[in-house]
Amino acid sequence: MSRDAEEISQHTIAVIVDNEAGVLARVIGLFSGRGYNIESLTVAEVDHQSALSRITIVTSGTAMIIEQIKNQLRRLVPIHKVSDLTTDGPYVARELALIKVAGTGEKRVEALRIGDIFRASVVDTTSESFVFEVVGATEKVEAFIDLMVPLGLVEVSRTGVAAIARGQNPA
Amino acid sequence: MAQETLTGSEILLKALVDQGVEVIFGYPGGAVLPIYDELFKQNRLRHILVRHEQAAVHAAEGYARSTGKVGCVLVTSGPGATNTVTGLVDALMDSIPLVCISGQVPTHLIGNDAFQEADITGITRPCTKHNYLVKDTANLAHTIHEAFHVARSGRPGPVLVDLPKDVIQNKSAYQGPAPLKSKYQPQIKGDMKAIEKAVEIIAQAKRPIFYVGGGVINSGPAACQLLTQFVRMTGYPITLTLMGLGAYPASDKQYLGMLGMHGTYEANLAMHDCDVMINIGARFDDRVTGRLAAFSPKSTKIHIDVDPSSVNKNVLADLSVIGDAAHVLESMITVWRARQAKPDAHALKEWWTHIDLWRARDCLAYAKSDSIIKPQYAIERLFELTKGRDTYISTEVGQHQMWAAQYYRFDKPNHWLTSGGLGTMGYGLPAAMGAQVAHPDALVVDISGESSVQMNIQEMATLCQYRLPVKVFILNNQYMGMVRQWQELMYDSRYSESEMFVHPDFVKLADAYGALGLRVDKAQDLDGAIKEMIDTPGPVIMDIRIDPKENCFPMIMPGAAHNEMVLGPNDQAAGIAGIEEDGMVLI
Repeated sequence: MSRDAEEISQHTIAVIVDNEAGVLARVIGLFSGRGYNIESLTVAEVDHQSALSRITIVTSGTAMIIEQIKNQLRRLVPIHKVSDLTTDGPYVARELALIKVAGTGEKRVEALRIGDIFRASVVDTTSESFVFEVVGATEKVEAFIDLMVPLGLVEVSRTGVAAIARGQNPA
Repeated sequence: MAQETLTGSEILLKALVDQGVEVIFGYPGGAVLPIYDELFKQNRLRHILVRHEQAAVHAAEGYARSTGKVGCVLVTSGPGATNTVTGLVDALMDSIPLVCISGQVPTHLIGNDAFQEADITGITRPCTKHNYLVKDTANLAHTIHEAFHVARSGRPGPVLVDLPKDVIQNKSAYQGPAPLKSKYQPQIKGDMKAIEKAVEIIAQAKRPIFYVGGGVINSGPAACQLLTQFVRMTGYPITLTLMGLGAYPASDKQYLGMLGMHGTYEANLAMHDCDVMINIGARFDDRVTGRLAAFSPKSTKIHIDVDPSSVNKNVLADLSVIGDAAHVLESMITVWRARQAKPDAHALKEWWTHIDLWRARDCLAYAKSDSIIKPQYAIERLFELTKGRDTYISTEVGQHQMWAAQYYRFDKPNHWLTSGGLGTMGYGLPAAMGAQVAHPDALVVDISGESSVQMNIQEMATLCQYRLPVKVFILNNQYMGMVRQWQELMYDSRYSESEMFVHPDFVKLADAYGALGLRVDKAQDLDGAIKEMIDTPGPVIMDIRIDPKENCFPMIMPGAAHNEMVLGPNDQAAGIAGIEEDGMVLI
């Protein structure tokens, strides 16, 4: 069987689970117990009536490891569905970050200007600081944060990646 | 009319009865007193009072393995629950269906560090197939029914249900087992296209081998019969894993013996040289594959398993069929017949000629002795003197376990109980106890070592209390034999802490518990002692003083490949090939 065993790729996996006590621990425990990576993880209830949550995990590994991750997840009893957005077709992935930048004078003006370019909104202002809210693909958020470093970056809070398949069908 | 309400304890016992439970292995304590009070008032469920909760789980495993039913355990909160952890992991690794009911402090005290509180659902999350904390009596019945469904469906495994004390005291209506609404519905029937493709590959094979594991035994006696039928239709050789022993009759000429680290020369070389490997219900465990990079390099691999996560975990399969072994085998036989498949007779004859040459090496031969008892001889004699009976064999873990696997020959499934995946010393005595509870009239023997048996020796009292006539067959070499063997082979015979200089007098120990103790140290006395053991109506401890320096061969050294076996002391003396630095890091 020809499959490049060593090549590591990044995958975004969406998992629909029962929103019950311990379910997130089961998923995280599976990753830590078997030595899989978690690069980003988001979780929130998405269907209140059926008490279903959606967990979005960004992970990386060889083709064999990614297959293992999906099969191991499917073995967990409270899990309804596991979709590999990366292989299933086109999808959109976004994250939100709140970024605190402190400074005065030209640096403050420059931070605002770059914020405009990135379509970041200012959600808090003092005379010496801003909190920017920036939404976008991980690369965009990273780029914005990098640009804020010399302008007085104080701290960052990120949601991690939420992702969904393009088109009319569910993932 | 409003439905009658029951207490949680009543609901629990009713649900257990409805799930077909007959025996519970357990140990009481504060948090489960309401359940024990309810047990006292009824006579449909039998309770076996063990002496340690770990043994309760192993006993339930022995019960489950020897019957195919779900084993049931009842323990209290805190230490009662934490003591089950080793047994639960053992059952998880070997896919044994169990339901373990644990007590818990009342819901309002959870998280308060209350007396005998432990977060057992947190602790056992990676130790079980699934676990539940029931917080409302109204959910209790459904949870118990689902727990049994999860334990026995698909790839079986242990399920723990944690019951806070108020949940078992409060009242609710009872809910019967059917219809059970559970989203846990593993795939049982194999994909027909994949099965047809598999049969096509199998039929065209020139050097085929069946490599079969415990999954076929878990699937049930029907799967074992279908396997035997299919293997005989093809005329192909078959090897079994440690967990699979008994799935195919060991007395059959197509059987090559067990494979793996201490498997036979012919089985391992056939695995290495085959062109088509048909794996049914085995998981390419590291004890089977040896060095992965050199594992069966020329073969097309077909993997049939009920658990998709077993496929492509260690070894890439060229074709996989997800489904229950019995269903898939039945379909394969149908397709084989419909195609009127005829294997290549010439190629097959050549393949068997190769195999017969390997067989002629007689890899299980050992230096016989008239005086000192060789462990292999002890197992051979036990087999000869018990083979006409319905005999169940359990083992502890170590050299004696491998000798038992090599020299005791199983023709039927469910008669071999051993801790394969986890390798739990102390497994055999309680597992034998569970098998004896299930089969009161059968001969049940725990083949044991003097070190392993001491890990759950307290269960001798349970055996005597319930008059369970288990025979404890100790191959006593005064060492942790397998540890000593590895130290001899890989650590220049530095026997670091592998010798216990003090052991109990096992004959007196048997006597102290109220069992019969026998000791034998001469080969000529062995048969008489085994017969006396068999004829004794109660439990027996038999202390067999064996050659303390005997090693377990053949052996694939850690990091070596199937075609780099060490066959015996002569190979050992000639210097062992295959142990390299990267092999040493493997355990």
